Amino acid sequence: MDPARIPLVDMRDISLSFGGIHAVERASIDLHDGEVVGLVGHNGAGKSTLIKILSGAYRRDSGAIRIRGEDAAIANPRDAKKYGIETIYQTLALADNVDTAANLFLGRELRTGWGTLDDIAMEAQARQVMGRLNPHFQRFKDPVKALSGGQRQSVAIARAILFNAQILIMDEPTAALGPHETAQVGELIKKLKADGIGIFLISHDIHDVFDLADRICVMKNGRVVGTARVADVSKDEVLGMIILGKCPPGAIAGPGAVAQV
Amino acid sequence: MTEAAKQAAPNHWSPLARFLRATELDTRLLGMIGALLLIWIGFHLLSGGLFLTPRNLWNLSVQSSPVAIMAAGMVLVIVTRNIDLSVGSMLGFIGMIMGVMQADLLPKLFGFEHPAIWMLTLAAGLLLGVVLGAFQGFVIAYLGIPSFIVTLGGLLVWRGAAWWVTSGQTVAPLDSRFRLMGGGPEGAIGAAWSWAVGAIACIAVIALLAHGRTRRKAFNFPLRPMAAEAFLGGMACALILAAVAIVNAYPWPAGIVRRYAESNHIALPDGGLFIAHGIAIPVLIAIGVGIAVTFLATRTRFGRYVYAIGGNPEAAELAGVNTRWVIMKIFMLMGLLAAIAGAISIARLNAATNSEGTLTELLVIAAAVIGGTSLAGGVGTVAGAMLGAVLMQSLQSGMILLGVDTPLQSIVVGAVLVIAVGLDIIYRRRTG
Repeated sequence: MDPARIPLVDMRDISLSFGGIHAVERASIDLHDGEVVGLVGHNGAGKSTLIKILSGAYRRDSGAIRIRGEDAAIANPRDAKKYGIETIYQTLALADNVDTAANLFLGRELRTGWGTLDDIAMEAQARQVMGRLNPHFQRFKDPVKALSGGQRQSVAIARAILFNAQILIMDEPTAALGPHETAQVGELIKKLKADGIGIFLISHDIHDVFDLADRICVMKNGRVVGTARVADVSKDEVLGMIILGKCPPGAIAGPGAVAQV
Repeated sequence: MTEAAKQAAPNHWSPLARFLRATELDTRLLGMIGALLLIWIGFHLLSGGLFLTPRNLWNLSVQSSPVAIMAAGMVLVIVTRNIDLSVGSMLGFIGMIMGVMQADLLPKLFGFEHPAIWMLTLAAGLLLGVVLGAFQGFVIAYLGIPSFIVTLGGLLVWRGAAWWVTSGQTVAPLDSRFRLMGGGPEGAIGAAWSWAVGAIACIAVIALLAHGRTRRKAFNFPLRPMAAEAFLGGMACALILAAVAIVNAYPWPAGIVRRYAESNHIALPDGGLFIAHGIAIPVLIAIGVGIAVTFLATRTRFGRYVYAIGGNPEAAELAGVNTRWVIMKIFMLMGLLAAIAGAISIARLNAATNSEGTLTELLVIAAAVIGGTSLAGGVGTVAGAMLGAVLMQSLQSGMILLGVDTPLQSIVVGAVLVIAVGLDIIYRRRTG
C-alpha cells in the first residue's frame, strides 16, 4: 500500500471510559478510500464504542480523529454527518412510529418553498432508494414498527446510503437478515466499495468479514490486539487474536496484544 | 387499481368498510365523534331536550375553549414522553399578572379603557407564558430533571406565585376590550361574520383536498377515488355550515338587546329584536390554535422531530436531531398556550383570581389521553385531543344540566377517563 496516501479516516490513541471502566483504551485504526475494514472481537471488546465515537454518539476522552488528514471535531451525530460519516447501528436506530420516508430523511427533511415538509418528494425518493435495495418493498405508508426485521434493516441501510456517504459504518448490518438478504448486503458492500466509499464493518462473524473486508482489526478488552490484511492471516489466527489476544506474525500488533514469550 | 390500493382494501370487506378505507379517514377519530354524539343525545333525552339547544351548544363551545387550547399543546408534550402538570397553575399566575396589568398598572399610565391596554396586557401575558415554559423546558431538556418533577414543582410554585401577586385578592373589573376574548354577547362575531368564516373554511377544505390531489398526481401516487374526495369535502362543509347555523340560532338575551337598542337609538319592535351571537371569539381562538398546532405537528420539521423523539429518542439523537432544543421549544409552546387559555379564562370571568385554573392540568391531560395520545409516547393527534376536551366538557355541563351532585360528577368523569383509555387500548390491540 502506498505509504504516502492520506487515509480517509485516521483515529489515533482514542480512549473513553465509563465510570472507571476503560471501554476503549488507546485504540488506533485507519481506513482508506474504497476499503473495507472489518472490526471484530467479543461482545464488550469495545468495537461498537470505538465506532460510536466516530459517528458522534459518544465523545472521546482523549485521542485524535483525522478525516483526510485534517483534525475533525466530532461532538455529536450532526457533526459526523457533515464529514460524510453515515452509520447503520446494530439497533437500527429507527423511529418506530413514523413511516419509511420519515425515517430515511430524519434530521435532513426535504422542504417545499414554504419551508414545510415535502412528504411527497421524500416518499418519491424513498421509493427509488428502497426499490434498489428491496424491490418488493411496498409498505411506504405504514409505520416502521409494522415492517419485518429484514425490511427494517433495509430502511436503516437505505438511510445510510441516501446522502452520498464518504465513510460508512456498519454495525452488524446482517444481524436480522436471512441468507438471501445477507448476500444482498454483501453485494451492496462491494458496490459501495467500488464507488470509493470507505466502510467499517463490525461483525461477530469472521467468515463474513473474511469474505468482504480488505483488512481486519481485532479488539479485546477495549484495546486493539492487531491489524492485518486479510490475505496475510488465517481464520484460525484471527480467532487466536479474538480469544487469546495473540498477535500472529502477519499482523501489526497493537497495544492490546499479549507479550510474545 | 394499483398494487398498494389492492392491498389496502381486501375484497372480503363490506362496501362501507372499503369506502371508509378509501377516504383515508382516521377510524379512531370517527369512533370518538360517535361517542361524543352518543353522549350528547343521551344528555338531550335525559334532560328533556335541554342539551342539544343552540344556547347550550354555544356555551359548551366557549367552556371547552381553554382546555382545548392547552390540550393541543399537551399532545406534543406527551408525544415526547413528557408531561406538564404545571399548566393550570401557570394559567392562574399569568392570569393574575394580566389582571393586575390591565386593572391596576397600565390604567395609571394611559387612563382606564385606553385601546393600548388590552394589547400590551395580552402581549405581556403571552411573553410571560413563553418565558415560564422556556424556563421549565430548559431545566427538563438541558439539566435532565424529569418533566414530571419539574412541572410538579411548577404546579406548586406558580400557584403560590399567583397568590403573591395581590396577596390573594381578586382583581376586577377588567378592560372591556380584553373581555371580548372571553365570549359573551359582545365577545362573539355575529351572524354575518360567522357565515363568512364558515364560507372561508369550506373553501379552504376544498382547496386543501384539491391541492393534495394534484400533488399526488404529480408524483404518480395512488389517488383517492373521486367519490371519496367528494364525500370528504361534502361532509366537512356540511359540518362547518351546520355549526355556524347553530351558533347563529342563539340570540342575544332580551335585556342585552334592549340596552343595545337604547344605546344605538333603534326602536325595539314588539316581538323583540333577534340578534344572533355567532361564533364566540374564544372558540375562534381555539380553532386557530388547533389549526396552527396541527400544522406545526404534521407539516414542519419541528413536528416531525416531536414524533420521532416520541418513537425513539435515541434514534432521533443519532439521526442528528437536536432533541434538547426540540423539547425546550415544546414547553415554550405549552407556556404560550397556557397564557392564551389564561387570557380567555379571566376575560370570561371578568376577574382574575389566584385559584383560576386549579386542577385544569388534569382536565387537559385527560382530554389529550381520551383523544388518543399515548402516554408511552409517539402517538397522538391535536384534533383528537381537542375533541377530547369537548367530550370532557360535555360530560361536565351535561351533568350540571341534569343536576348531578358535584362529588358524583368527579366520580363519573374519573370513571369515564379510565374506561375510555381502556377501550382505546383494546381497539389498538385489535387493529394493531
